[in-house]
Amino acid sequence: MVSTSSTSGGGTTSGGEPRDLNAEGGHGAVPMSGVPTEGSPAQAARREWPLWEVFVRAKRGLSHVHAGSLHAPDATMAVRNARDLYTRRQEGVSIWVVPAAQITASSPDEKDAFFDPAGDKVYRHPTFYNVPEGVKHL
Amino acid sequence: MYGNDFAATGEQTDDHAVDEPGRVDARDLEAQFQAIIDGDGRIEPRDAMPDAYRKSLIRQIAQHAHSEIIGMQPEGNWISRAPSLRRKAILMAKVQDEAGHGLYLYAAAETLGADRADLLDLLHSGRQKYSSIFNYPTLTWADMGAIGWLVDGAAIVNQVPLCRCSYGPYARAMVRVCKEESFHQRQGFEILHSLALGTDAQRAMAQDAVDRWWWPSLMMFGPPDDASPNSAQSMAWGIKRFSNDDLRQRFVDMTVPQAEALGLTLPDPELSWNAERGHYDFSEIDFTELFEVIKGNGPCNKQRMEHRRRAHDEGAWVREAAAAYADKQVARRKAVA
Repeated sequence: MVSTSSTSGGGTTSGGEPRDLNAEGGHGAVPMSGVPTEGSPAQAARREWPLWEVFVRAKRGLSHVHAGSLHAPDATMAVRNARDLYTRRQEGVSIWVVPAAQITASSPDEKDAFFDPAGDKVYRHPTFYNVPEGVKHL
Repeated sequence: MYGNDFAATGEQTDDHAVDEPGRVDARDLEAQFQAIIDGDGRIEPRDAMPDAYRKSLIRQIAQHAHSEIIGMQPEGNWISRAPSLRRKAILMAKVQDEAGHGLYLYAAAETLGADRADLLDLLHSGRQKYSSIFNYPTLTWADMGAIGWLVDGAAIVNQVPLCRCSYGPYARAMVRVCKEESFHQRQGFEILHSLALGTDAQRAMAQDAVDRWWWPSLMMFGPPDDASPNSAQSMAWGIKRFSNDDLRQRFVDMTVPQAEALGLTLPDPELSWNAERGHYDFSEIDFTELFEVIKGNGPCNKQRMEHRRRAHDEGAWVREAAAAYADKQVARRKAVA
């Protein structure tokens, strides 16, 4: 979540003739140029509710699956908000919430090297093996 | 949402590697990015991506999110005056969905390193926009029908291709949104259908709403392709999949037969089937109105923004109180331990 860019997407207001419009983002024409994408540094000091990752078990017998994220002041509210946000149509029977800051992930920089060891071990798959014609249940 | 950027402590995210000439592997990263795009793959939050791609997505997703939450207002206007408990429950569920869509989208923008509070500030200060369609007033109950049928119908045409957009979290958010939007469109159609089968006055009300919402709905797709210079880059990045004009035509082709089923007319005398093209022809659109509305001169721009700012400001104490309560609970647990 570290934003290291310092420029603000090419201008501050859409002052000129707003020809540069697009229906991007669903609900209709919005300007595509002259729209900043970052807030001012002065506002960065403000304290926001932390981010939580939400995992939902769709039904008994299935594991929890990542559904999305949300902001909430504490775990109790995160669970309640997750219910309202991700299970409005009975999409779940159980919810986990985890503070996003508590998740450790593998690094994308080493993604190839990190997963490489499994790459040359095709013998871990049953399809690697020759089975004589006619042999069943193997 | 849908796969955030879980950087380890002290680890810098790699978003900008592509644009830093000093980095040895910058070219490799750019090639990796391009290879994923060319292979119609998905970019995920922690992948290296060009800064322009990241910013373009933040702008698009943020303005999409703003449109969702501003879009709660025109319909919220009718919740207390819905004609039956059934309609009222449906309308509340729909407006709640719009809030949910906004939240999915803000979460998707946050995976790109944006901060939700910053994005709201940019909306409140008018530096980021929301769709101009929400600057029109909802004058009668039939407008709830016309918005669901036409405005949400147009939004679905726009949004379905976004389910395959190159940025994973945005695409996943759109899958969810599209599933939910189809109820929105149907309930709108049903409202108009009921009115169209009703008394003369109800029928007239339905026709009036369609007359007012038809052209703004067509304008939702943006200016004609030859006047939309930035679209090309967006299409090259696999964010936008179809041109403004193509999507508009698709919407018209879908909608005309539905209007016939309703027994309502669309306010365009030149609307007719062109067998040669295999599409409906329609009049040229006067975009001066759209430009005026986007500039801030629409019927409800001021009202929508004032309401949004007021709602945000008046909710400040709730946000603060909840944070204070959470702090207190943490302090208590520490004291016990």
